[in-house]
Amino acid sequence: MSKAEIKSPLPGMFYRRPSPDSAPFKNDGDAVSAADVIGIVEVMKSFHEVTAGVDGKAIRFLVDDADAVMAGQALAEVEA
Amino acid sequence: MTIHSVLIANRGEIAVRIIRAAKALGLRTVQVHSQADAGSLAVKLADEAIDIGPAAAKKSYLDIEAVLAAAKAAKVDAVHPGYGFLSENADFAEAVAAAGMKFVGPDAAAIRLLGDKVAARQVAARAGVPTVPGSDGRVSDLAQAAAIVSRIGFPVMIKAAAGGGGRGIRIAHSLEEFERHFPQASAEAAAAFGDGGLYIEKVIEKARHIEVQILGDGTNFVHCYERECSLQRRRQKVWEEAPAVGLPADVRKRLCDSAVALARSVGYSGAGTVEYLYDDASRDFYFIEVNTRIQVEHPVTEMITGLDLVQEMLRIAGGQPLSVGQDDIAIAGHAIECRINAEDPHRGFMPGPGTVETLAVPEGEGIRFDTMLFAGYAVPPFYDSLLGKLIVHGADRAACLAKLRAALAGLGISGIPTTVPLHKALAADADVAAGRFHTRFLENWLETKFAAPPSGTREVA
Repeated sequence: MSKAEIKSPLPGMFYRRPSPDSAPFKNDGDAVSAADVIGIVEVMKSFHEVTAGVDGKAIRFLVDDADAVMAGQALAEVEA
Repeated sequence: MTIHSVLIANRGEIAVRIIRAAKALGLRTVQVHSQADAGSLAVKLADEAIDIGPAAAKKSYLDIEAVLAAAKAAKVDAVHPGYGFLSENADFAEAVAAAGMKFVGPDAAAIRLLGDKVAARQVAARAGVPTVPGSDGRVSDLAQAAAIVSRIGFPVMIKAAAGGGGRGIRIAHSLEEFERHFPQASAEAAAAFGDGGLYIEKVIEKARHIEVQILGDGTNFVHCYERECSLQRRRQKVWEEAPAVGLPADVRKRLCDSAVALARSVGYSGAGTVEYLYDDASRDFYFIEVNTRIQVEHPVTEMITGLDLVQEMLRIAGGQPLSVGQDDIAIAGHAIECRINAEDPHRGFMPGPGTVETLAVPEGEGIRFDTMLFAGYAVPPFYDSLLGKLIVHGADRAACLAKLRAALAGLGISGIPTTVPLHKALAADADVAAGRFHTRFLENWLETKFAAPPSGTREVA
């Protein structure tokens, strides 16, 4: 089974929830489809949704909520 | 002065600005910084620098305990909060004072009073300052709110009492729309600000944004005339001027006097700004809010008055009376400020943090560039996109605009996108030159007048 990485399109702060009090977009082990939002990157106070980009199962996050991330950094991996 | 050292609880261009003012007064400067800002210009310029936490502002610049611990460790006499972050946080001002240091700004009670938009509106009304027709205070239920809007007429703004900076505002054009927005706005305000309180104001169509700079030492109060900040995008100021374009002298006098009356009514201490909407057609002005801090656009006021507002703030915090009386302050010429942001105006203002490869700064009489940039600086993605402010002063507005066009041509920042192309287009626009604008002008202009760059090329500004 192959693994696919979901990368951050932008540098910034990565959030796994739509707002601090909400449930995460996805939990480890969830299945994702390409159009699913898996998180938000905040860059210079503007917010950009990150979509999975691939269909897969068993997503596993590689960064924590509110972690600083670089552009191109792997945010999560899925079994494609 | 009773203070000999100051901690700068901020970052970016304003931290650099405060350090320069403090050094001019012979103060020792201590710069706090997040781990992402260890290589910043403010850190290099300050006498001392203290790491207060990780990149996220919540864990560094907004962490009251971390900032206070640094101030105590560095044994400073005063803390300057700059703008944004903790600058209008009454709890922070109180904690600084409780720790035996001076907060460079008004005391916690004044910040609390004027920071509550509803209370501030009542303060303004009591001081005789005209306010926008609307609710006299918080409106708690829809029936009460509907009665008010039927009296003042549509369109109306539903605003969060705890909001500010353009956040927490909804506009309703009909009763049906109002009844739909009101409960949503309350729920949103409760979530965003921890306070679901709302108030209502009539929308003044085609209003201009004019604000008055005030200074107070608790006993004496002066204004430093007005600024015009009508060119805004998404309620964020883009370009500011002083004085306001074509403001009649009698209106200017009433406007500025009303700001001083408000300052006097609360015994204001420090620098502050009273913001107004101005209706060109009727020549009426209406109070919006008071900002109890230095503002981004303060340099245009400095350029036309010759005052150094940040030095003045530090002197006031050091227990000195105002260095000037009202009769000493006059308008000389005209000034314009362009906010240079790390955003690509041709791509929906997408932010573009990254490394500045080269930097060319225009120089000359009446040209000033307030910035934290240097060649090789990596602009971090974690904070707002302001890179610097180009400020130009001329004998009159036409001369100022001509000088601005030349200064913009001489400003070169490569490696990251900037809003310089936007400002070049604005500086060449006939409506801007004629002063024909209002707070909704820029968004419409961007859609209709701001041309995309020729395909296949990308302007490197």
